Amino acid sequence: MENTTRPNQHLVSVRNLTFFRGDKKIFDNISLDFERGKITAIMGPSGTGKTTLLKLIGGQLTPNSGKVLFDGQNVHQLALAELYELRKKMGMLFQSGALLTDLNVFENVAFPLREHTQLPESMIRTLVLMKLQAIGLRGARNLMPSELSGGMARRVALARAIALDPTMIMYDEPFTGQDPISLGVLLHLIKALNTTLQLTSIIVSHDVQETSAIADYIYIISEGKVVDHGTPAQIQQSESEWVQQFMHGDADGPVHFHYSAPDYIDDLFSNAQH
Amino acid sequence: MLQLIQKLGQTTLASFSKLGRSSFYLGHILKCIPSILLRPRLLVNQLYSVGVLSFLIIAISGLFVGMVLGLQGYYTLSDFGAEASLGVMVAASLVRELGPVVTALLFAGRAGSALTAEIGLMKATEQLSGMEMMAVDPIQRIITPRFLAGIISMPILGVLFSSIGIFGGHLVGVGMLGVDNGAFWAQMQAKIDFRDDVINGVIKSLVFGFTVTWIALFEGYDTVPTSEGVSRATTRTVVNSAFAILGLDFILTALMFGDH
Repeated sequence: MENTTRPNQHLVSVRNLTFFRGDKKIFDNISLDFERGKITAIMGPSGTGKTTLLKLIGGQLTPNSGKVLFDGQNVHQLALAELYELRKKMGMLFQSGALLTDLNVFENVAFPLREHTQLPESMIRTLVLMKLQAIGLRGARNLMPSELSGGMARRVALARAIALDPTMIMYDEPFTGQDPISLGVLLHLIKALNTTLQLTSIIVSHDVQETSAIADYIYIISEGKVVDHGTPAQIQQSESEWVQQFMHGDADGPVHFHYSAPDYIDDLFSNAQH
Repeated sequence: MLQLIQKLGQTTLASFSKLGRSSFYLGHILKCIPSILLRPRLLVNQLYSVGVLSFLIIAISGLFVGMVLGLQGYYTLSDFGAEASLGVMVAASLVRELGPVVTALLFAGRAGSALTAEIGLMKATEQLSGMEMMAVDPIQRIITPRFLAGIISMPILGVLFSSIGIFGGHLVGVGMLGVDNGAFWAQMQAKIDFRDDVINGVIKSLVFGFTVTWIALFEGYDTVPTSEGVSRATTRTVVNSAFAILGLDFILTALMFGDH
């Protein structure tokens, strides 16, 4: 499961990570590498803790064992102030957008700049308009988050995530619940930003087709383990039946259509109450 | 029986763990206070929404509580021919007890519940998480200004409640029932001690402000991030604040006025 590439090529390395939520084991000794300047996708069925993995990388959760290295630094051994310093290099796009509801679009994008820099107002205005131009919403600067559609809110959140020019950006289910046009816009933006800003991108998603189209490398996670990993072409050729079912969205396969139940005929004619 | 003991044990452990978390939380807030004092704008905004917006309910309640005190006090005192002491009675009840306590109860209902719901919803919509990932400490940026605003607002609101209440008592006693105006104020002036009564009342308000705001902000921050969780947290804020206010009031009264 170890990659053969040199370690300094990896911006983020997850090493032998195990994480429990309550008594439930979410991750079982998994290792992943995220190469600099590339788009790496983490895919898997709903509820496998893909978002949890992003929170572990961002230091919002602490693993039970194992470590996460960001640019050589162990994320979970940093003091709080150092961790906050490190997070300035990470952008994160939440599934909900997580825009601050009492601020308008302009102020939301300006928020990290105002918090972390002492730039004059004119400079902040220029920077914010540049970020908004990049995501195509310069004209929406005065709208409140409640007036935005889901796709627009995600784009504003994206502008905010790149406001501090991070080296890495993490996308949590960026395509869920988007209409085809917004989806196309988001795909284009993620790819374009990755190239023009030389970002390292991590996408967590279960939208197989969309994500495979832009990812350079894919990890497939299920039940706390890495089931398969490789380039999109390699994954398509995967020998695992489970991966094949997942990638093609087949209704039946190693994961059965029916939840385990007694025999259908017997069940219909039985006298049980339920 | 065994289940009962088990349940008791679990509840006790859970409440101690909550107490521990809320103490760490308070410690974190206190550490952030200096940085907020350097950004007074954040504090001023919160003083407005926590304090100024609570003024109307405090003023109206104060007026009516004072008027009722004037009415009830007059009927009792007039049996002994002591109507002239109405001013002292109204002022002492308000400044020592009703001012701080009723203000705190109203504040918990008006501002405390709003704080819990606001913070709880910010948590549920991942705004707090999002802020953490933008390397902004939500406890510093969001919680601390609200905490300070609560502590500063409460004594001011308490003093205003008492003042308006005394005015209400005057309105009824002197205006409607014919108590002598001079006696009303003169007796009050002679009997109400600034340090013993007024300052002690303000100290009570400060303690209540600290407690109510702490409870409200912690319940919001600790909420289960669902709509049901937020609704339960809001209820807990109001209920726990009421218990804390009344319990603390007894302790503070015993300490302040116990030796008289």
